[in-house]
Amino acid sequence: MIRLSIPFRQALSRLTLPVMLVFSLGCVLIGRADQHLSDRLRSALDDLLAPAYMLVSGPIQAVEHSTGAIGHLFELSQENAQLRAQNKELLQWQEVAMALQAQNDALKASLHFVPPPTPHFSTGEVVADLGGVYARSVLVLVPPSNGDPQTLLGAVAMDGRGLAGRVVDAGSRSARVLLITDINSRIPVAIGANGEPALMVGNNGPDPSLLYWSPSQPPAEGAMVLTSAEGGAFAPGLPVGVVHYNAQNQPVVLPLAHLSALRILRLFSYPDNLPDLTPIPHKKPDASSIRHHRKH
Amino acid sequence: MARAPVLRRPATGWRRLDAASRRLFPLAALIFGLFVIGMPFGIPGQAALRPVYAMGCVYFWSLYRPASLPAPIVALCGLLLDLADLSPLGIWAVLLLLLQGATWLLRRKLVPARFLLVWACFVLLVAVWSILAWAAEAALTETWLPLTPPLLETLLAAGLYPALAALLIRAHRGPAAVEMA
Repeated sequence: MIRLSIPFRQALSRLTLPVMLVFSLGCVLIGRADQHLSDRLRSALDDLLAPAYMLVSGPIQAVEHSTGAIGHLFELSQENAQLRAQNKELLQWQEVAMALQAQNDALKASLHFVPPPTPHFSTGEVVADLGGVYARSVLVLVPPSNGDPQTLLGAVAMDGRGLAGRVVDAGSRSARVLLITDINSRIPVAIGANGEPALMVGNNGPDPSLLYWSPSQPPAEGAMVLTSAEGGAFAPGLPVGVVHYNAQNQPVVLPLAHLSALRILRLFSYPDNLPDLTPIPHKKPDASSIRHHRKH
Repeated sequence: MARAPVLRRPATGWRRLDAASRRLFPLAALIFGLFVIGMPFGIPGQAALRPVYAMGCVYFWSLYRPASLPAPIVALCGLLLDLADLSPLGIWAVLLLLLQGATWLLRRKLVPARFLLVWACFVLLVAVWSILAWAAEAALTETWLPLTPPLLETLLAAGLYPALAALLIRAHRGPAAVEMA
């Protein structure tokens, strides 16, 4: 152990705060200069924490989802009857769906329809709600990729019902999904049966708002909102939500995805996806270009 | 170590280990708390809890045991907070260090003061610091951010500081007391 004189030690202890302050300001500057540095550090930290979060989030979910084994036993027979009835109904719908699919295939064949590229997808468990004070995102555990984890960047995240967000950071074990409610989220959407274009803008609240719709055709209450291929960031036709007019009479989107309690997300990587979410090269980059990437 | 107290008992290996663990306790508790707040409990306003918790820890330890949370450790915690909180890198490191500096300046007045005054001072500091964080983040991301989070953070600070202080005072007298090693 090095013995230092008392005045020197005092001077040293007085100096540490300004020195660390300068160091931190340097970090801010470095973060501004190299925007990928913080993304890299963040995905490294996420990768480190993801297994630990998975260990603790399992029991939490078990507690949330079950009211105890005994409580379930009483409801079992009732639930069984309900499920049987539901099953019968669903089988009827399955027949309808198969008939419609056959019809659809026949119509597509006669139209020379070009099918959209099939995305690769991986399913991951949401292990942590790592959103910040001004950001809405979740951490998803992904199976260890055999290739470059960066291929997952920009992948579209859906839960069972609809669009949840897209991947902004990807590590070898975890991916961070920026939700559609985040204040930096901008998603081109198509509204209703005619596919009226609009922009869905997150506001950190539960329901993202709709902007830039055509004034002559305002979005109708209850109209379906789907993603649009404009800007090339999303595949067209993914279900997003339903139009609703809020108390201020502004159109907002009620998301189909259960964003407040996400458990499992599927991450679809479309072959066309570009890692930096830039406009597709064969299209002219637009000034009002669509960005869904976290703005730095 | 720069601050080796004059010990009456000989410094055996176990006692050194004990002292080191006591010295590390505030840091470990701070990082563990940040980790726990990241779990998906689904509490509304859970993200706003993270900076309030970090500020509470920095404030308390800088007030009552400044040696246990030196500036480099505070800077490290600030960087961790930035990475977990999705804020631009370094903002919280700067803010937490400034908070530590402000607390050091207020130490002489606050340490002998009544708890109510210490509490009120913390709430005031959180109000100012959350506004600073809001301004810094809005400037660095060049977007107008909603003003509700600073308000929520201040309310959380007002409501949670007594509970946090009760826990930290217990730690201050027990597992973080280096002189008891």
